[in-house]
Amino acid sequence: MRNETHPHNEMLKGTLDMMILRTLVAGDAHGHTIAKVIERTSEDLLEVEQGSLYPALHRLEDRRWVSSHWGASENNRKAKFYRLTAEGRKQLVRETSRWRQMTRAIGLVMGEERGAQ
Amino acid sequence: MSWMRFLHRKRSDSELQDEIEAFLTEETADNEARGLTPDEAARQARLKFGNPQRVRESLWMQNTPQRLAGIARDIKYACRTLNRTPGFTIMAVAVMALCIGVATSLFTVVRSVLLRPLPFRDPARLVMVYEHFRGGELSYHPVAPADFYDWRSKTHGFEDMAIMRPAEYNLTGARNELSESVGAEAGSPNLFSLLGVQPALGWGFAEADDQRGSTVVMLTWSLFERRFAGDAKIVGGQIHLDGKPYTVVGVLPSWFTYPNTGIQLWVPYKADASPEMLQHHDWHGSQVVARLRPDVSLASAIAQVGAIQYQNHLQYPHDPVAEDVVSRSLNEDLAGDVKRPLMLMLSAVGCMLLIGCLNVANLLVARGAARQKEVAIRSALGAQRATLIREQMAESVLICAAGGVGGILLSLGATEWLAKAWKDLPTAQSIHMDGAVIAFACALMFAAALIAGLLPTLSSTGKSMLKALQTSVRTGSSSVSRTALRKSLLTAEIGITVVLLVAAGLLLKSFMQLRAANVGCVVDNTLTLQYNLPGKRYDTPEKQNAFNEALLAQVRAMPGVRGAALGTTVPGTGYWGTDEFTVEEHAPLNTGEHLPDALTRWADPGYFSALGIPLVSGRFFTSHERVERSYKVIVSRQLIQQYFAREDPIGKHLHIPGRAHDGAPNLMDWEIVGVVGDILYQVGKEPKATIYFPILEGRSGATLAVHTATDPLQFSVMLQKQIASLDPELPVSNVLTMNQIIGASLVNARLSTTLVLAFAVLSLILASVGLYGVLSYLTIQRTSELGIRMALGAQRDQLLQLMLMDGLRPALFGLGLGLLMSFAATRILQSMLFGTKPLDPVVLSGVIATLLAVAVLACLAPAWRAFRLDPMKALRTE
Repeated sequence: MRNETHPHNEMLKGTLDMMILRTLVAGDAHGHTIAKVIERTSEDLLEVEQGSLYPALHRLEDRRWVSSHWGASENNRKAKFYRLTAEGRKQLVRETSRWRQMTRAIGLVMGEERGAQ
Repeated sequence: MSWMRFLHRKRSDSELQDEIEAFLTEETADNEARGLTPDEAARQARLKFGNPQRVRESLWMQNTPQRLAGIARDIKYACRTLNRTPGFTIMAVAVMALCIGVATSLFTVVRSVLLRPLPFRDPARLVMVYEHFRGGELSYHPVAPADFYDWRSKTHGFEDMAIMRPAEYNLTGARNELSESVGAEAGSPNLFSLLGVQPALGWGFAEADDQRGSTVVMLTWSLFERRFAGDAKIVGGQIHLDGKPYTVVGVLPSWFTYPNTGIQLWVPYKADASPEMLQHHDWHGSQVVARLRPDVSLASAIAQVGAIQYQNHLQYPHDPVAEDVVSRSLNEDLAGDVKRPLMLMLSAVGCMLLIGCLNVANLLVARGAARQKEVAIRSALGAQRATLIREQMAESVLICAAGGVGGILLSLGATEWLAKAWKDLPTAQSIHMDGAVIAFACALMFAAALIAGLLPTLSSTGKSMLKALQTSVRTGSSSVSRTALRKSLLTAEIGITVVLLVAAGLLLKSFMQLRAANVGCVVDNTLTLQYNLPGKRYDTPEKQNAFNEALLAQVRAMPGVRGAALGTTVPGTGYWGTDEFTVEEHAPLNTGEHLPDALTRWADPGYFSALGIPLVSGRFFTSHERVERSYKVIVSRQLIQQYFAREDPIGKHLHIPGRAHDGAPNLMDWEIVGVVGDILYQVGKEPKATIYFPILEGRSGATLAVHTATDPLQFSVMLQKQIASLDPELPVSNVLTMNQIIGASLVNARLSTTLVLAFAVLSLILASVGLYGVLSYLTIQRTSELGIRMALGAQRDQLLQLMLMDGLRPALFGLGLGLLMSFAATRILQSMLFGTKPLDPVVLSGVIATLLAVAVLACLAPAWRAFRLDPMKALRTE
């Protein structure tokens, strides 16, 4: 059902937060890197809208799932780095399991899994 | 956490800007690495990022609680709107501040006087018990101690009952220095435990102290502070009362100002009561406080006391012994006569507040009209009604909030003034603002904001508003419904104003009647003063007479003195005592019939001529009628009219059970030697039958009234010197002119009249401003219509008439409505009026004329503008 020519860039609501958290598992990152990692990992199918990335980062920080600090980027420029907190790690586990349940449920409804059997 | 976010949103915004900057640099660098030119790299980076402003805005909104932001925006918007019309804003805020301030002040007084519980233990169970003569004049008759002792010993409905009566003492130091006359109460020792009051110092009265000749005294805190400099050593020490040494056994706490602040000290009830006084059931002069048992209802406790009293009544059929008892709560008893005028003023100020709100509402409706299209368009675009209402309410809320704050400040001053200006306000509790009063003011503020804001808002956001989109200005009918709303607001305003005007007019007329009341004696240029000869040095009637007569002779010889009168109670100073009597020569009364009673006064031979009280028949007292030979009385015309129909009273005898001859307790007949004109014992009360006894039978307390040729106050020092020359230690009190005495009894009537009148005038001004505003608005709205009328041949005076009638119609409706409401409202006022009927035609026609005149004046200016309209210009206006 995917339209291969146009990246499906309308993300499911709530998944951006989860993906940001997942990205940060690999280590601290600033906004640019996070966006790039998400896009690359999704084979450029997902495009992170900057309009929602930064509010999302601030929201996660408010909920204490990530912490932030100013540092130097790989190109030695000033950037704000985000780090996953212990609380954020727990949240990621919760979100991931919920996501798995959800995709399985949707898969069942769409008959994919059964059809595969 | 959201609050932290809210408070730090500025910082987080600047951080975000840095982040965006960092992102763009990174992206540009990446693009450059891919081989784009620097310009193109930067352009692509910006394209990828999108609008940074949007990102900032969305974060800003995320950091702001939306509801709060909306309210803040509304307030800011309302501030700007109000700022644009400072005249309107100041007017509206001032009106609100005035109304809320006065209402708050009155509420403070009402709360302190009527609502707040007394500072005694469990005050809800405290009641005053009075005797009640069926068909008598006084509903709450003072109690005879003999009755009280029966009640206390024979009934069980009350935990305890205590008795007290007012007294007055001449207080001097241990060496008779610095004499002053102090108000006192004689109370039974259990009174203090009954009320739940512990002495602040000392131990108080013991049961054993309550006997004749007891010389213990308790001081109130104010006397203790003032006279004894708060020195605790006075407890156990001695003070002199009427020349006798008394031991101070206690000092009452500072908050204890019961029954009023005038009371300076307390003595045991029986300390100077004669045995006869305690035994006789007709010696009415005391108050009884009782504490109800928690498990007994007031009705049954009072019924028990009433049964005992009825037995007493049956036992003494020929004495004035009451048949019944009545009770009222201690709180109500202290509030006394103040309750009614207080409630009147509170309702008057409530009306004024309502008018103020309606006026602000009216002005807001007019302002809302200008925004009608805007509101309609916004709501068509999907704005929620609640949002629109909230937005428009902001203005009225702001006005009322500012008014409320101003009002609270205003009422701080006004309360103090009111408490001072109001005579006889019960002072058992201090009158001050507290949390409850502030809460009341805030509640008023919100109610006012709701009334003033919701009416116009609801009308402008209702379903009808979509019509506003359809109509064009040309049709001139775009705001018919709004005009109708303004007119009905106006009608209500004028109606309430009429009620206030009628009430004020009635009070004013009643007050004029009071002022014009003829007291029945000389009033101008008359000075009075009181003294009390101490019983220790003036122990016989002869000694008392010697002083009194010497004083009279000296005063009459003073230059500039036209006459001097010596009596006990001069006219206009109050009810004081009465005596029951029968006419000896008449047939005896049937049993169960009421003994007639008359005010009791004493007078010297020259009293009536000095005070200008006319002799109707017979003669005045002579200086021979003294001590044992004095069994003669003079009566007032009222008494003759009531009890001697077509009969010559001279030479007849009055049988007065309360006044036995000296040394002959069975002789109680007094011969009438003269009849004099009536005097008013109190301005505002009907004259009452009066019996005058000769003062030369020997009295220790007296009032000297001096009629002078010039300003009487100049004589006060000379008079006091005359008294000091006869007895340097004798204190005088209440040095007042007759006009002061009569003025003082009118102070409260004057206060309530002035205040209600002020409220009414203010309401009239508000209503006329409202009328003017509505009509001006209408004229502008109908300009083009008027132009068309003129073009079609309407005459100018027809237009004038049209506009005038348009404005006068709500005024006339309001007038009719107000008059109807007045008929109901004035009934409540009736008991406060003197010589004025609730539907006084002069007052009613005065109110109607005033209101119509003001209404015509308010309508004339806008109507005149319509009259002078240039039809060409009018037709061109949009």
